[in-house]
Amino acid sequence: MNQDTQQPISRRQALKSASSGFGYLAFASLAANAAARDKKSAGKQAGLTPREPHFPARAKRVIFLCMKGGPSHLDLFDYKPELNKRTGQPTTIGRERGGSRLLGSPFAFDQQGASGRWVSELWPHLSQHVDDLGFIHSMNTDLPNHPQAFGQMHTGSFQFVRPSLGAWTLYGLGSENENLPGFITLSPPADFGGARNYGSAFLPAINQGTKIGGGQIPAIYAGFLGKDKEPGPPLKNIHNEHLSRNLQRAQLDLIRSLNQRKLQRDSHHPEIEGAIESFELAFRMQDEVPNVLDISAEPESIRKLYGIGSGKASDRFGRQCLLARRLSEAGVRFVEITAPTEWDHHRLLKDRLESSCASVDQPISGLLADLKQRGMLKDTLVVWAGEFGRSPYVQSGDGRDHNNKGYTIWMAGGGVKGGYAHGATDEFGYKAVDKPVHIHDWHATILHLLGLDHKRLTFNYAGRDFRLTDVSGVVAKDILA
Amino acid sequence: MTRPRRLAAVTLILLVTGTAQVVAAESTISPKGIKFFESKIRPVLVEHCYKCHSLESGKAKGGLVLDTRDGLTAGGERGPAIVPGKPGTSLLLAAISHSDPDLEMPPKKARLSDTIISNFKNWIAMGAPDPRIGPAPIALKPSNDADARNFWAFKKPTPPSLPETSNPAWARRELDRFILAKLDDKGISPSPDADPATLLRRLHFDLVGLPPAPTDQRRFDKRIADAGFERALAAEVDALLASERFGERWGRHWLDVARYAESSGKDTNVTFPHAWRYRDYVIDAFNSDKPFDRFITEQIAGDLLPFANNQERERLLIATGFLAIGPKGLNEMNPLQFRADLIDEQIDSVTRAVTATTVACARCHDHKYDPFSMEDYYGLAGIFRSTKTFYGTRVAPGNQRGGDFVELPRLKEQHIPNKSVSKKRVAKLKADLAAVNKEEKDSKAAAMKAALEGRDPEKFFNIATALRIIWKRGGLEGQLKTVDDDGRALPLAMGVLDRKQIADAPLLERGEIKRPGAKIPRGFPWVIPIETLSTISNKQSGRLELAAWLTHPDQPLTSRVMANRVWRHLFGAGIVPTMDNFGVNGARPSHPEALDHLALRFVDNGWSVKSLVREIVLSRSYRQSSAWREDAFKQDPDNRLLWRASKRRLDAEAIRDAMLAVSGNLDLNRPEGSLIANLGPRPVSLIAFAKNVPLDLDGSSHRSVYLPVVRDRLPDALDLFDFAEPSLVTGDRETTNVPVQALYLMNSPFIREQAQGFARRIASEAKTPAEQTRLAFALCFNRVPDSRETELGKKFFQQASKGNDSQLALTTYCQALLATAEFRNLD
Repeated sequence: MNQDTQQPISRRQALKSASSGFGYLAFASLAANAAARDKKSAGKQAGLTPREPHFPARAKRVIFLCMKGGPSHLDLFDYKPELNKRTGQPTTIGRERGGSRLLGSPFAFDQQGASGRWVSELWPHLSQHVDDLGFIHSMNTDLPNHPQAFGQMHTGSFQFVRPSLGAWTLYGLGSENENLPGFITLSPPADFGGARNYGSAFLPAINQGTKIGGGQIPAIYAGFLGKDKEPGPPLKNIHNEHLSRNLQRAQLDLIRSLNQRKLQRDSHHPEIEGAIESFELAFRMQDEVPNVLDISAEPESIRKLYGIGSGKASDRFGRQCLLARRLSEAGVRFVEITAPTEWDHHRLLKDRLESSCASVDQPISGLLADLKQRGMLKDTLVVWAGEFGRSPYVQSGDGRDHNNKGYTIWMAGGGVKGGYAHGATDEFGYKAVDKPVHIHDWHATILHLLGLDHKRLTFNYAGRDFRLTDVSGVVAKDILA
Repeated sequence: MTRPRRLAAVTLILLVTGTAQVVAAESTISPKGIKFFESKIRPVLVEHCYKCHSLESGKAKGGLVLDTRDGLTAGGERGPAIVPGKPGTSLLLAAISHSDPDLEMPPKKARLSDTIISNFKNWIAMGAPDPRIGPAPIALKPSNDADARNFWAFKKPTPPSLPETSNPAWARRELDRFILAKLDDKGISPSPDADPATLLRRLHFDLVGLPPAPTDQRRFDKRIADAGFERALAAEVDALLASERFGERWGRHWLDVARYAESSGKDTNVTFPHAWRYRDYVIDAFNSDKPFDRFITEQIAGDLLPFANNQERERLLIATGFLAIGPKGLNEMNPLQFRADLIDEQIDSVTRAVTATTVACARCHDHKYDPFSMEDYYGLAGIFRSTKTFYGTRVAPGNQRGGDFVELPRLKEQHIPNKSVSKKRVAKLKADLAAVNKEEKDSKAAAMKAALEGRDPEKFFNIATALRIIWKRGGLEGQLKTVDDDGRALPLAMGVLDRKQIADAPLLERGEIKRPGAKIPRGFPWVIPIETLSTISNKQSGRLELAAWLTHPDQPLTSRVMANRVWRHLFGAGIVPTMDNFGVNGARPSHPEALDHLALRFVDNGWSVKSLVREIVLSRSYRQSSAWREDAFKQDPDNRLLWRASKRRLDAEAIRDAMLAVSGNLDLNRPEGSLIANLGPRPVSLIAFAKNVPLDLDGSSHRSVYLPVVRDRLPDALDLFDFAEPSLVTGDRETTNVPVQALYLMNSPFIREQAQGFARRIASEAKTPAEQTRLAFALCFNRVPDSRETELGKKFFQQASKGNDSQLALTTYCQALLATAEFRNLD
């Protein structure tokens, strides 16, 4: 066994030790916490115990802004004057059959901030934060298909069911708050692999992302009905009005004991182990979750900052970003938000990209500003990424095709060099030519910022040590502050 | 036969291998050897070799693939890449050492470092330990069409010869021999039979989705005593297959695949108030054991089939709902784009549901991996282009694309959820409609006049006027569509009919509607030729021929795909694990012979799903214990070889139905229509404002298959426990294990209600606490509690009765049992 390999106590060990009166301990600790529950309490349970990183971490937590569909780097962050100059000219780029034409960006770019990074006009708010953003212009991924690329962005693999980035993070670092899931994903898409993108695969089930959200009233109706009182994505069943706290604790102890009895009989049954852990977590969540999810107490100035308001295009994502901040603040290790907009602009790029940006620009900007003013940005890693970028050649007259060979993502906070641009695509923005960063490299870099060595963060499953980056991954050191 | 550009863009690697290429490690390889491989060898292979020699890159230069151990030993055109233990005769070492000028690897690059080369030498010398198990990938680049047709899934199933096994007495059915033979190869023994109570519970949930009652267990035990185990088991299976509960369970499996839902999904998401008829049709089809080929034919072309009477005509029209219930982007402004997307959704659903192929990938370019060309796609597109889809929604804000209903023949006993109105009301609606149309005409004329006179036309007709008129007209027309001239409610359904104009579809360059190319004759994917079906009638859309192509005895996919689906529901994973993708990017079958055996049998037995289910559940493989065994687990952690029964979590419907069954609240009658039918047409986002709609979209005691299935707004009981995403063809559901499920089981009103019913029931049926505990365990787990479990119960009651009334204590206890992991898991 590799000596370097991090070895958190196994679930079996933990469950065995927990079976002797764990319920009482948990209850006692909860009673104590209830009295002084204003700050984060250290998790004491098997899967959630906070763990030391491999080396000092720059970031303690992650907020992943997931841009599903493949946003066009060429119209957002990767300024290509040569492409613009040659718009309409025939090209064979990426098209063996030929007959395609280049499409310059219909949007104006300008240099922003002290760093002078080029940003498109579609980001009037975000551009004010450009000195905090570290861009990677040379991203690449293996396949130009949505489900595979989306899966690889989340799990490193497009072929196999593997643990997600969030699950690896939680497995590596544990949770800072025993009363909340350590990995929460807000309104994730059901397609492109669905639950696999926040799954734990063979890692212990407690590392799986907990999905919150869906079924919200769309902004158009919210505005129409004057309904602006939503406490964020709904999480139902958080209270039991019929059982006293004591009685519910006794009930939970019974459930746990029966589950453990079953586990003893079965000797190996991950589903039961996961159930034991998730019930304990659920019990503790009852106290903390209602407060965390309730954004109504936030002052008007904050809501404004995030672009929250009836009928506004930015309302929905604004709420989600605000919620992400609240969850991060409460100690959730990894929060993912999927932007409630589409980036897959095969056609009508000009109109649709504009409206997509309008729905996320102010919320993201608000999130960065808010994190900064709370002193959280320095140890919170904010990641903005889609599964790939888009082609320099035109599709459907006014759109762009998928492009996995070169695209842009950015990261901010948590040890990232602000105002820095890493790598580059060719003059048409088609292919990463300078310092290419593959998904594995990007994952290695994120783990590095979290104080985790991607080569040492392993899990032994059926005789082999697995890791997020498989056998690849080089940390993009230049982007570290 | 020959089509232009056939396979031109397909650089196909046919990998005759499983997907589990790296998950298993043989216990015979030392950990030290694996570590050496992982740290010194694999990274080099990945960095320097995979680019030209792996699945990932899609390249197998020289026929060599280095993805698996067997790929290395099998080698390429020059022979084995390595000979374990013999560095001197290993080509790979020669290649990286640059000792042969004709074979220098990596090509055109500096030689790898001496350390790396010596690592490889040492590694080969130590026997080349490599955990990447998997059969040798044979890389074939199809130089001609025939090669593409040679891919396993596109070849007709052939009757496999029955393998010899280590223990001939073990097999109960022929399929057992295929399972045992594979286990023999690995030296793994099958597991002993599960005990009768465990098996009965498994059987009941698998066949009817409900737990066995204590009386069922007693009957089973008595039959075993009287007639022996085999006959008792067969009798039990036959009774379950004959039960109407079977169709409710297995119909739901098909509804997953058929992406059944009662709303349009996507941005607009309005209800489909008549979708439920298709749901009931599917349940009835499974209960009557409708031959599967006929079942497919009715869903694709029911409207074109002859019928004996109005009942049959009604059923056949409803069946075509399959093609109409898909998700729709109703806010699409461009009608041509909408039609192209609708057709695409139909092609995708039909080909994936029935044949597990991703033909729809060829909409914009030839399929990148499978032998499907754009011609194949547009051949199918013509069939659906000649078909009109009746999805029945109204034009309204957010819905640009109203649609009609299929009007059903009026029958004597027929539930019609939409309301009748008075004759006067019909007249009023018609008058209003005429007025709106007149207003449009007048205001347009006024605007035109103003424009000609140099005044502002927008004063008379502007975007606001237009929208008001369009939406108002949409509402009026929508209401008129549901009643006849006398105001009587019409019996309506979703479905399809042929268009008057039958026409081939043009190939759209890159899938763009603005770039129509040559017309492609309607037809079927070339890779599966069925000679008798070369032409499609000019008088019909071709759906009848499509159904014939899908269900022809020579069609290799349909029977295999369905056999695989049935298998998955009984063993927890398919023989081909990628349920909806049998293509090159899908997984390979773990037991190809068993799959062919079952597929052929299925067709021979008249496509009877019940017979297929029966065949499998009577096998020895199915009745194995699920107990964990370390030795077997190490070799096959995912149980691909079926050395035991897989432990499975119940799906959402079974969990909810089991609770209703245990509580005594279950209403086994079929509800009329559905909650959505009663609500009528409306945006899903406003459902919450309708009266009498519970927040969890539940509040019913009927079986879960009758709960409303609304896209992006599922009932909690389904949504939380990994219900199939209703916008996608779903052959395989996920299983998650998260605290929001626990919260539901701890706190939801539904659980509380079931716990109360359960408590009332055991209080009335058993007297002493000991008897009550025994009854509760029998109902929930079909077994008796052990002494520790009895003790735990006692302790709980002592604790709970302090300061609480005994009723509450009992309810709380009952809820605890419903919330145990054992309740929702199968052994």
